[in-house]
Amino acid sequence: MTISIDSDDSNTKSLQPKGWIRYFSFSLDHKVIGIQYLVCGFLFYLIGGSLASAIRIELASPMSDFMPRDVYNQVLTLHGTIMIFLWIVPVVNGAFGNYLIPFYVGARDMAFPRLNAVAFWLIPPSGLMLVASYFVEGAAQAGWTAYPPLSITTPQSGQIIWIMSVLLLGGSSIFGGINFIATIIKLRRPGLKLMQLPMYCWAMLGTSLLVVLSTPVLAGTLILLSFDIVAHTGFFNPVLGGNVVVYQHLFWFYSHPAVYIMVLPAFGLVSEILPVHSRKPLFGYTTMVFSIMGIVVLGLVVWAHHMFTSGTPPWMRLFFTIATAFIAVPTGIKFFNWVATLWGGKISINSAMLFSCGFIINFVFGGITGVALAQVPFDIHVHDTYFVVAHFHYIVYGGTVFIIFSSIYHWFPKVTGKLMSEKLGILHFAITFIGFNLCFAPQHWLGLNGMPRRVAEYDPQFQFVNQISSVGALLMAISTIPFLVNIFLSIRNGKDSGDNPWNALTPEWLTSSPPPVENWEGEAPLVEEPYGYGKPISQEN
Amino acid sequence: MTTLDSSKEIKKNESEGSEHHQDFRMFGLITFLIADGMTFAGFFAAYLTYKAVNPLPDGAIYELELPIPTLNTILLLVSSATFHKAGKALLKDKNSETQKWLLVTALLGITFLICQLFEYFNLPFGLTDNLFASTFYALTGFHGLHVTLGTLMILIISWQTRPKEGRITNQNMFPLEAVELYWHFVDGIWVILFLILYLL
Repeated sequence: MTISIDSDDSNTKSLQPKGWIRYFSFSLDHKVIGIQYLVCGFLFYLIGGSLASAIRIELASPMSDFMPRDVYNQVLTLHGTIMIFLWIVPVVNGAFGNYLIPFYVGARDMAFPRLNAVAFWLIPPSGLMLVASYFVEGAAQAGWTAYPPLSITTPQSGQIIWIMSVLLLGGSSIFGGINFIATIIKLRRPGLKLMQLPMYCWAMLGTSLLVVLSTPVLAGTLILLSFDIVAHTGFFNPVLGGNVVVYQHLFWFYSHPAVYIMVLPAFGLVSEILPVHSRKPLFGYTTMVFSIMGIVVLGLVVWAHHMFTSGTPPWMRLFFTIATAFIAVPTGIKFFNWVATLWGGKISINSAMLFSCGFIINFVFGGITGVALAQVPFDIHVHDTYFVVAHFHYIVYGGTVFIIFSSIYHWFPKVTGKLMSEKLGILHFAITFIGFNLCFAPQHWLGLNGMPRRVAEYDPQFQFVNQISSVGALLMAISTIPFLVNIFLSIRNGKDSGDNPWNALTPEWLTSSPPPVENWEGEAPLVEEPYGYGKPISQEN
Repeated sequence: MTTLDSSKEIKKNESEGSEHHQDFRMFGLITFLIADGMTFAGFFAAYLTYKAVNPLPDGAIYELELPIPTLNTILLLVSSATFHKAGKALLKDKNSETQKWLLVTALLGITFLICQLFEYFNLPFGLTDNLFASTFYALTGFHGLHVTLGTLMILIISWQTRPKEGRITNQNMFPLEAVELYWHFVDGIWVILFLILYLL
């Protein structure tokens, strides 16, 4: 029985609005939904970025003079939550996943187009709700982790709105994950084997498994937390016999995998970009696949390394230290594979390539501090200091956000049929790279010397280094300008790119740019070797 | 199970048109149920941790009476069987019989909910009394919510299986199969919940 709903879909699709208006509609086209995710995420990135600038302005002086202390905490909470749940997770999963995965599996759309649209349209309202919670009397100020008893004892109305918003965003993420798993496993074009899929499919399969297995636990935890706030139960309230460490365990059972939810898709994307711009096959495809799956499995059993100072018993410390150290193995394999892909390649120095190389440098640095943080004695020394702030910004900004920009430069011609300006792109990269390292590298030193995170005031001896960091943050804010100018200029009067400006072999380039509504005019091409670069043409045929 | 039969049928028809793809709504539902199961797993993990490390205050009551929950377990297990009967009847194209079995299932679900409410009103502790009480109500309440949703869905599909005008027929069994899988899942969770919360 072929399903009646499918034929419905193609009917409704032809009735869908055309032109720019479709980006504001309940479109079922995966490409439209992908762009919706990207633009929506970028708007929230601008909000979260302004908040980050405000934080760095405040920290330019040791006293709390630009913002009162509780406002600082609220801004900090909002910055973290927006950047994680509304920028990185939706963009690196939802935006690129929706745009690319159907191409990569040779399909005309995602497995569940309606569910896909629902998953996207949950984001704007919950995002607005989150931003609105700032203007409520008693905005959330317990950080993105919302640790009790802090989240129970601080003013509550904002915290409840925060919980509702994160629950909705979690729901959106789960729907997206279900859709990706079904699309990658079930919707593959006949004849396309799993081990022929482009690497981003594997990354998204692993990520979606993590989303489906861990996000519901966060949802359950937040429901219990809201009971504590609204109904005065004592799950996480020590006064009523509760246990705050249970919250931390449940929270990090989601939030450590969340790190991989944010960074695994970036691994996939960089594995698509590097071979194209260095004209070489991706080095070690099979090891890449197994290391992704290894990270997925290990990623689920390392959460307590965030809790070494929470009275964790010795056996637990030992187990989680060793498990975390093991994660360095698959991650290291991927790092060496990327370097080996570049090695001896015919490298084009363009914006996409520069951002990808920036990613490799930043990520290996963040990875090394990550292994250091997993060691109990060191972790106890720097726990809750700026060392941790520097570490995770090296992963999420230096890693994932660099790849988001790299991917935008790489796939912009695909989406619009226009080329972006390389001059502005390289300027964007230069300011971002310098600003980022100027902002976050000094924070390692601050943390090692004992400057605590999440506090508006600090010891005056740290002022000079903090000011260097703030200058870096200012540069990062400025770096957005050439990027936005580039986007607008290129959309208006960019050079025509043709269908395949990079001569790439992955399936999304084997159709027109921008692609037609159902991706291919005829049959979807069967791409058995997505990375078959640098081979004599006779062999390719 | 009825699921297998219809998926076979899909494969048979797949070759007919290249524009139509296989039906993987069941696959999506299973993925969703795994996610839903993880929420329960989180709750169970919290409950077991509390039990192991957080002593209750003196005089706290945490022994539960067994007759009602045992009856409830039987009710849900029987309802799983009656739902299965409904699916079998639909395969034989007997819509009115399907409808009858679905109504029996819904009735069992409603009885379960009434029993649970009766238990709630007769328990010697309230939601905020102590950690055990809070966890007990959170777990059974979250499960009860699932039963409520399931019962509503059973009532809806039993209306949709009405002979002649009904949407669910021998040819379109997915809604029934989906709710059936969900219902078995909710039953399974109850059995685990019964073992952990009442017997352990």
